Amino acid sequence: MKEGYEVVYKRPKTLLDKRMHYCPGCFHATIHKLLMEIVEEMGIQEKTVGVCPVGCSVFAYDYMDIDMQEAAHGRAAAVATAIKRMLPDRYVFSYQGDGDLAAIGTAETIHACNRGEKFTFIFINNGIYGMTGGQMAPTTLEGQKTTTSPYGRNVQKLGMPLKMAEMVSQLAGVAYAERVSCNTPANTRKAKKALKKAFEIQGKGLGTTFIEVASNCPSGWKCTPVESLDWLKNKVYPYFPLGVFKDVPAVKEEV
Amino acid sequence: MPAKGYVEISMEGCKGCGLCVIHCPSKCLELNTSDTNSYGLHYSYLAKEDVCIACANCAIMCPDAAITVYKKVG
Amino acid sequence: MGEIKFMKGNEALAEAAIRSGLQGYFGYPITPQSEVVEYLAMQEPNHNYVLIQAESEVASVNMVYGAAAAGARVMTTTSSPGFSLMQEGVSYIACAELPCVFANIVRGGPGLGTIQASQGDYFQAVKGGGHGDYHLIVLAPNSVQEMVDHCRLAFELADKYRNPVMLLSDGSIGQMMEKVVLPEPIPYKPDKPWATTGKTPDRKRNIITSLYIQSEDMEKKNQTIQAKYQEITKNEIRYEKYRVDDAEIIISAFGLTSRICKKVVDLAREEGIKMGLFRPITVWPFPTDQFAEFAAQDRVKFFLSAEMNAGQMVEDIRLSVNGKKPVYFYGRQGGIVPTPEEILNAAKGHLK
Repeated sequence: MKEGYEVVYKRPKTLLDKRMHYCPGCFHATIHKLLMEIVEEMGIQEKTVGVCPVGCSVFAYDYMDIDMQEAAHGRAAAVATAIKRMLPDRYVFSYQGDGDLAAIGTAETIHACNRGEKFTFIFINNGIYGMTGGQMAPTTLEGQKTTTSPYGRNVQKLGMPLKMAEMVSQLAGVAYAERVSCNTPANTRKAKKALKKAFEIQGKGLGTTFIEVASNCPSGWKCTPVESLDWLKNKVYPYFPLGVFKDVPAVKEEV
Repeated sequence: MPAKGYVEISMEGCKGCGLCVIHCPSKCLELNTSDTNSYGLHYSYLAKEDVCIACANCAIMCPDAAITVYKKVG
Repeated sequence: MGEIKFMKGNEALAEAAIRSGLQGYFGYPITPQSEVVEYLAMQEPNHNYVLIQAESEVASVNMVYGAAAAGARVMTTTSSPGFSLMQEGVSYIACAELPCVFANIVRGGPGLGTIQASQGDYFQAVKGGGHGDYHLIVLAPNSVQEMVDHCRLAFELADKYRNPVMLLSDGSIGQMMEKVVLPEPIPYKPDKPWATTGKTPDRKRNIITSLYIQSEDMEKKNQTIQAKYQEITKNEIRYEKYRVDDAEIIISAFGLTSRICKKVVDLAREEGIKMGLFRPITVWPFPTDQFAEFAAQDRVKFFLSAEMNAGQMVEDIRLSVNGKKPVYFYGRQGGIVPTPEEILNAAKGHLK
């Protein structure tokens, strides 16, 4: 360090000093980093247990210096439910992609939210199956080309993309639901704030907290990382708007 | 006048996505397109040392936590 | 001497689990098993266990995964179609080496089948059931009392070997009422340094996974669990013998059918037929050597396996006997419980 300077931003210690396998510019890595920053800042490393999904983030446990479990595809919500019930004073999160949370695991997601399971969902919605090579997801946009929708998603045949944050916000058990993104420094800061708020609400035991990340997939979308930010802004946010869909603690404070 | 701040970018940790470069308000970062790290990837670096304002936008955007930001004390 | 009660098999199983220090139960109602969930729900205010009626068997088994990996003493129960739904999770649990207890209160299949008792899930129970090379320790109780005794034993074996243990019961044992001696409750203090309870500074992070993406790592994992299975096979084979010392016909059965076969042996003996019963209590590990010993004895003429299925355990007996003596089969399917007389007639049909 140069003399007369201080560190204002550095890699969190809770993020292991290991190169992440994600493609350049992937928000998975960004969210891993933000998550571990929060764990470090809140001083809850000893009390945090995470659940990884099947998907690109299947190896999330290789990077986060916390206890973690690897769940079967789609079942992270059931696994996280049980961890939180057995260890109610721990901070538990499930980290899931769109195939995991919104296709094969929809039942587990909805029922965990409806029971008000007091863990935090971190839902990475990039509109595509990244790990398996770019197939259609339940959140693939209308007309979006993937390897299994080569002519674009036909919503007459396949239905509209699922808006999970909006859906779960209708359930009584959910205390907080927000959709965030990481396309700009301001949005990334907001994303971190949302994740932190979710953990704080979890700590108070107020209900399920659900953070959806409108994420990117430069490799799956066949564009550069910088171009993926344009796709997000022009295509994704108009259908998947960023914002808070439910904030029970805020409502209570107003009352 | 000395710079308000500076950054250190891990050459091996950088994947060359360029998200830091486009979000630097002072335009002090650049992607080195004439060299690669051991993974064969171009990497970004602090091209204009004297204009960094230590805003940390680059580090916040960096998915791989490869950037450390320093700010002048006082 | 423990408390004596007159109880249904399913309820006795639930009570035994509570008395064995149950910390988490995750299940889904299905006939003829639902009384387990119902009993635990009724008793919930008196105890500290976590009880969730899950949205499906798929969720149940994954809740078992999560809770077991968090270090808790956990169980789920179901009946045949439900256990089929759980198989993916069971495979993950076996690979992640998580101690937990399953009970399958078997009903007739295949398909939606019938709600009557059956032993048609033997293959599924002892040959794996899900994908990959793995085994559960499988106990086959034949009475309400053994539902209780095997429940406690199952939890102990699960912890001892970090392996899932299954009670392979059936709809009759689950539904029938018998006198039962309940054991004294024991407190459960888990000693599981591998559990994901939060990383403390004195240790590295704990990871529970069944993912080994490198072939070499996956093979090593397989070798580890196979070595464990060999250890279990060496230590944990359990069986019951009844009037076998001079027997010329060895009748074999597990679970409910083994009780019927005791009567078969008595009826045969009344007619002067030297018959004995050999009953595997653990159907995995299977008492292969014991069958081989019988086969090696000159006086033993043949074996007969009596089962409530189309012939499943008989295959393991044939592997054990290895062609040295004939091994016959008699079975009923569809939820029909065979009578002692029809099994005896089947045995007599093979007498020369």
